[in-house]
Amino acid sequence: MDLSLSTETMGDRTIVRVGGEIDVYTAPKLREQLVELVNDGSFHLVVDMEGVDFLDSTGLGVLVGGLKRVRAHEGSLRLVCNQERILKIFRITGLTKVFPIHTSVEEAVAATD
Amino acid sequence: MATVELRFSALPEHVRTARLVAAAVARRAGVDEAVLDEVRLAVGEACTRAVGLHQHGGISAPVRVLLIEEEKQFSIEVGDEAPHAVPGDRGSGDGSADADGETEEDEMGLAVISGLVDDVEVSAGESGGSIRMRWPTVPPPTVLA
Repeated sequence: MDLSLSTETMGDRTIVRVGGEIDVYTAPKLREQLVELVNDGSFHLVVDMEGVDFLDSTGLGVLVGGLKRVRAHEGSLRLVCNQERILKIFRITGLTKVFPIHTSVEEAVAATD
Repeated sequence: MATVELRFSALPEHVRTARLVAAAVARRAGVDEAVLDEVRLAVGEACTRAVGLHQHGGISAPVRVLLIEEEKQFSIEVGDEAPHAVPGDRGSGDGSADADGETEEDEMGLAVISGLVDDVEVSAGESGGSIRMRWPTVPPPTVLA
């Protein structure tokens, strides 16, 4: 299982749909994607993790890096995740306080701070 | 002797293999199905850390994973050969060795492991370090006569 990535624009938000496994091998692909989006001027990102089967601390590091990048442009990075085993990793590391986590892409797109 | 011993070149692409093998052996050993996700994640974190230590230290030796089935428990030991890899030892030595983020990720990996696994020992010395994790196993159901 590799990592799959696709992007879609909804208004001023860019949805990044991630599928497969995010680990030390595949995380650089996700990092490149997020860096590219920010460099191209997309500062409001929604990362849809519903298709993610596995996430480790390397993946968390990439998401934190993405958050730092969009915040430098007063942007936002929201996550969509309903999977308990993935949410658990965010809880263990205290990152539920750092990332807004939504139950659907629609909810994330509609959200404002 | 370990039930299964795995040695792999310190490359990120092999960490997934280690996760899959560890989960398969853990399942066979009787680790509860509900805990297998945690085993997979914890062993992945330990291997990722070892791969990072070997790569940054220019160590060509493989990363070693011992999967040990014992009575009532299952242990995983992930060993690296990075010298002085004292966990949490930041600030000493030359602080410029690590790019920012690498240390952060290393510590996040350890944070995930300690958050997931109740029984974990992290050791480090001049000849390398290891992370040993243990999980209880469920005895196989008694065969009815």
